[in-house]
Amino acid sequence: MLNNLIRDRGREGRRGYTLPRFDVERVSLEKVLPKQSLRKEKPRLAEVDEPAVIRHYTNLSRENWGIDTNFYPLGSCTMKHNPRANEAAAAVPGFAGLHPLQPEAQTQGALQVMYEAQGFLSEVSGFPAVSLQPMAGAQGELTSILMIKKYFEDAGDEKRTTVLVPSTAHGTNPATATMAGFGSKEIGLDEHGCVDVEELRAMVDETTAALMITNPNTCGVYEHNIPEIANILHEAGAFLYMDGANMNAILGRMRPAEAGVDVMHFNLHKTFSTPHGGGGPGCGAIACSEALAAFRPDPVVGKSEESYHLARPEKSIGRVAGFHGNFGVVLKAWNYIKMHGPELRDVTDMAVLNANYIRARLRGTYRIPYDELCKHEVVVQPPKGKKALDVAKGLIDHGFHPPTIYFPLVVKEAMLIEPTETESKETLDDFIGAMLELAESSPEELQEAPINAPTRRLDEARAARQLKARW
Amino acid sequence: MSIPEELQYTKTHEWVRHEDDVVTIGITEHAQDELGDVVFIELPEIGTSFASGDSFGTVESVKAVSDLYTPVDGEVVEVNEALNDAPEKINEDSYGEGWIVRLRVSGEGDLLSAEEYEKLLEESE
Repeated sequence: MLNNLIRDRGREGRRGYTLPRFDVERVSLEKVLPKQSLRKEKPRLAEVDEPAVIRHYTNLSRENWGIDTNFYPLGSCTMKHNPRANEAAAAVPGFAGLHPLQPEAQTQGALQVMYEAQGFLSEVSGFPAVSLQPMAGAQGELTSILMIKKYFEDAGDEKRTTVLVPSTAHGTNPATATMAGFGSKEIGLDEHGCVDVEELRAMVDETTAALMITNPNTCGVYEHNIPEIANILHEAGAFLYMDGANMNAILGRMRPAEAGVDVMHFNLHKTFSTPHGGGGPGCGAIACSEALAAFRPDPVVGKSEESYHLARPEKSIGRVAGFHGNFGVVLKAWNYIKMHGPELRDVTDMAVLNANYIRARLRGTYRIPYDELCKHEVVVQPPKGKKALDVAKGLIDHGFHPPTIYFPLVVKEAMLIEPTETESKETLDDFIGAMLELAESSPEELQEAPINAPTRRLDEARAARQLKARW
Repeated sequence: MSIPEELQYTKTHEWVRHEDDVVTIGITEHAQDELGDVVFIELPEIGTSFASGDSFGTVESVKAVSDLYTPVDGEVVEVNEALNDAPEKINEDSYGEGWIVRLRVSGEGDLLSAEEYEKLLEESE
């Protein structure tokens, strides 16, 4: 059962504290504050005793579902375990107590971390230039496309009006193109769930600014034609941007720059294990080729002899974040990369193995639209007559966070499962067991789920149609 | 799934009813079933012109936001304002009260017969 609001638990005049007696002169607020600063009515604060406060919030916190309480196979979100060593690094007083306006001479350690993080991302991606500024994946996308836009403006090329987006793309891709002032056009898929190269060839012309590709794509399939795709774009003078949301599938195994990509973003909060899922903070760092490096956001971290400094790239698109971006996230990602060293590629190997284990064990019961070796995530469809939504709700009763459902849009009743490398075989087996059991349940039974959660099935349609919003 | 004989259809699951030079457009029963509960619809302004294949609005369900495409060239003469307050009409009566827009036709596009649309659905299963 859901808790009542804490205000509703109170009784007028009840207090959980006792203040000491006044030992100074009483002053009326009207005398010291201007009239417009005074409240017209008292704030409606909860009037409760201390145990009530503690119980209320402790009980609420126990209803929280997250990676620290449950397996969380949310496709395209890489909800991996967040090592506590990252938190220890971020809590070091020299970092935690920094002020963003402190002079460079006092922040050399932090600047060194940023400089080295730029270097690590360079190494992983194969690109010479990095910016740590964007604060989320979608902002990394926007930053990349704005850099491409500025490149064409700088080159005096005014014909580039279109950004191409595959039908499997994250919804943020066409939104990014629109926000950056481009029109977007959708490209279809071939029978493997990959970008249709012939369709691309026919669509690319002198108005094309870029293609936004996700690799592996949101079907969990590696876009094996990526060098050819890059060639088609480059011959037309356009750029290839890569959405790095699925970097956990290629880390240490494939460098996007070597496959012909021109610019990409990383989600440090996904691939490099910093907590996320509540809307931030995140870091959508970008990496790019020499041709685009001058357009990176301001500032980047440079090094001269033995000291580090902030610098503005020559033709920078300007600022996309305040101060240094989300430094705490960069620091945790730096720590994660340092802990792994060259073994970072094991992350990818285990993530891919786990996803394929799930694929192999669900095959035959669930439908698998692209049933070939997948990368770090797999798309499945429930048996005929069952809905992805019902299976997802059923998983809650089994103690699992539901995977992403109804995405990618190109697969009906899609369930996008991403186990990540941090889960043991036992956890995967428990999850698979629950999935197989749910496949056997009657549709009527499934429609009742969840029955063990704090709330039963929510009426999402009514919530959206009869929106009650206050701001 | 109902596919009325007298209507014409598109590959993107809109239906079209011709009356003189005006067409009424909505989405098919199959489309509303695939979308799930419709919670919001974005309608075009009266007087706007579209070419066949253009997106003239969007329909948002609990699952996804999808574009609506016109299969003919034409100018918007009427929109179903009732959908602003009651988008569920698209789910409840997709070929009737759930109609979306009326266009004055200036050029025909590619349309499917009921039989052809039924075949398309069978193939996509």
